[in-house]
Amino acid sequence: MRLIAAMSGGVDSAVAAARAVEAGHEVTGVHLALSRNPKSYRSGARGCCSIEDSNDARRAADTIGIPFYVWDMSEEFADTVVDDFIAEYEAGRTPNPCLRCNEKIKFAAVLDRALVLGFDGVVTGHYAQVRENAAGLVEMHRAVDMAKDQSYVLGVLTQDQLRRSHFPLGGSTKPDVRREAEARGLQVATKPDSHDICFVADGDNAGWLAEKIGPRPGTVVDEAGTVLREHDGAYAYTIGQRRGLRLGVPADDGKPRFVLDIEPVSGTVTVGPREHLLVDALDGIKPLWCTGAPTGPLDCTVQLRAHGAEHRAQVRVDDGRVHVELLDPAEGIAPGQACVVYDGTRVVGSATISGTRRRVESPA
Amino acid sequence: MTDPLPAPHRPAYLDHAATTPMVPEAVAVLTEMLGRTGNPSSLHASGRAARRVVEESRELIAERLGARPSEVVFTSGGTEANNLAIKGLFWSRHAQDPARRRLLFSAIEHHALLDPVLWLGKEQGADVVTTAVDRDGIVRLDDLRRTIESDPGSIAAITTMWANNEMGSVQPVDEVVAMARPHGIPVHSDAVQAAGHLPLDFAASGLEAMTVTAHKLGGPIGVGALLAVRELELMPLLHGGGQERDVRSGTLGAPLIASFAAAVDVSVRRREAEATRLEQLRARLVEGLVELVPEAIVNGPADPALRLPHVAHVTFPGCDADAMLMLFDARGIEVSTGSACTAGVPQPSHVLLAMGYDEESASSSLRFSLGHTSAADDVDRVLAALPEVHARASAARAVRAR
Repeated sequence: MRLIAAMSGGVDSAVAAARAVEAGHEVTGVHLALSRNPKSYRSGARGCCSIEDSNDARRAADTIGIPFYVWDMSEEFADTVVDDFIAEYEAGRTPNPCLRCNEKIKFAAVLDRALVLGFDGVVTGHYAQVRENAAGLVEMHRAVDMAKDQSYVLGVLTQDQLRRSHFPLGGSTKPDVRREAEARGLQVATKPDSHDICFVADGDNAGWLAEKIGPRPGTVVDEAGTVLREHDGAYAYTIGQRRGLRLGVPADDGKPRFVLDIEPVSGTVTVGPREHLLVDALDGIKPLWCTGAPTGPLDCTVQLRAHGAEHRAQVRVDDGRVHVELLDPAEGIAPGQACVVYDGTRVVGSATISGTRRRVESPA
Repeated sequence: MTDPLPAPHRPAYLDHAATTPMVPEAVAVLTEMLGRTGNPSSLHASGRAARRVVEESRELIAERLGARPSEVVFTSGGTEANNLAIKGLFWSRHAQDPARRRLLFSAIEHHALLDPVLWLGKEQGADVVTTAVDRDGIVRLDDLRRTIESDPGSIAAITTMWANNEMGSVQPVDEVVAMARPHGIPVHSDAVQAAGHLPLDFAASGLEAMTVTAHKLGGPIGVGALLAVRELELMPLLHGGGQERDVRSGTLGAPLIASFAAAVDVSVRRREAEATRLEQLRARLVEGLVELVPEAIVNGPADPALRLPHVAHVTFPGCDADAMLMLFDARGIEVSTGSACTAGVPQPSHVLLAMGYDEESASSSLRFSLGHTSAADDVDRVLAALPEVHARASAARAVRAR
């Protein structure tokens, strides 16, 4: 097959491309330029937007012996990922931009472009496994290396997208991939992993959002509605956050307080005790099902954040809305996050969390 | 994907304006010279032999380009020569008379000139003034005249390229010189794209300085020259041994310089015949492109006297030029989008924007440039691949617009 290898400049996508070549595919390497003004040198944040990353990807392609191009996806990225990220925070939700990028850029804009240019699919360095089932449908499963598993951020892919996607690293562990990169003579073998959001410098989410959105003053209140302090923007807070609240006075019972709720219109941030963070039911919207929607109540597990724990759950789909009863309660779940549904290792689908219900209802 | 054209081993190279293959004469001289030793500044026999090669090369280049040998200042290439010309001129002219703050440059200069000019404006107190160009990419003399005559005493220098690298449009250098002369304003021209393709006579041009480089005319990459009249005071960029008239320091690379001279010699002697041949090849290409893609627009001057014979800049409306480049490349056909890149990301060309094109047409345009190795077969391969490449690249633009 003719495949586009999306090469970030990191070790995973380089080894994935090399493996695709070895599997007999005709591979063309592509680095996605996601920022209009790429920084010359990496700042604190390890991202996908620096010239150095682009050069690393190019050198990996040289070593593998495949053609290499840079595709300018900066406009699409700004429109669908960055703007969405800002809008979601403005609306008091907590988006996952990596998931959004997979949904709208890597397996949409890039895949669509690849297909019209005559390619058959896209290969990436994601840790996940795809395989065809007996019914001829392509299933996605968790990676063998659970520490690196990225099926969560791929949970938005449809059957059509999965059919065109190749994840050669799903059966490997990260240390093996690094060793293989070394053996293949890839210069990026020892390059550190990226962690932060690629377009937010130094991982300073709140500072970045403050710059983009500007001041939106509001108050931090307790569950009784008592104002504890003022703030410059509710977007600097995340549900479940404990650190950096700077409330001055301790709670009456002396226990730490956590962000329980964010009300974006008034900018009210409600804090309270940890046990009030627990939720045991979720509502989801915009569901995507990898191999079709569940026909009845589904006993399954759900994952609610990247590298988060699995929770046993029962999922019901009702007229495009998803209802999730959690057998294992979850803590600090924010609207906007993705709920990815698993059946064993298989990804069933995903939905965007639109609301949560608390085991202990807050009096507010 | 059905591939009607299995990529042959030898690419169809249509990017001679980026760099052209070395002519065999230049390769022979270079390889022979690389085996010799001797610093041209050394006083012993080896040094003298190297110096002799440099001076003979200087004389040959001077003769072929209508200059005096003493006017040839060797540099590492076009970028250095342009930097030396514009910075050297601004610094020395401004030092002589602080009122001379203005630098006039055309809107379509190559980055190797544009960026030093903008740097002088940002960091060195120059007042940088752009001269507009028309829709064909030719400097508007009325605009230049107004700028000059508004205050000639404040002008440190004027620079106008000889022929544009993207469009191939030839600039009215004679007229620019004629406007500047009564006011004693020095004029520099970046002739990197013109040398070897247009008749150049430095003395007859009346220019104070002119940039040429080896690798655009069949010589090696890494050597070029600034032709500068003797009276011209240039403040050096590089200080050191003062090898080149105390204007440029650095050990002279005798092998590169000798090879450069061989390429200048060959390209100037063959220029006329080659220009006719390339003009015909270009016509075959352009006619074929327009026949296959009727909406294609050939940019730049239509009059052959106003453009380079070997460059064709074409807009394919609604088509993604980056995708075309990649699809052609996969078929062994090498062309250019003609624009500068940042981290491999094509930026909209300042040349096209200056000519009044929008970003959309700038991103739908390709530059085809021919040279001494080009043959009818290269053109035919482009035309054979075009229908599928164009269809796919148009679809690529369409999915983006979705």
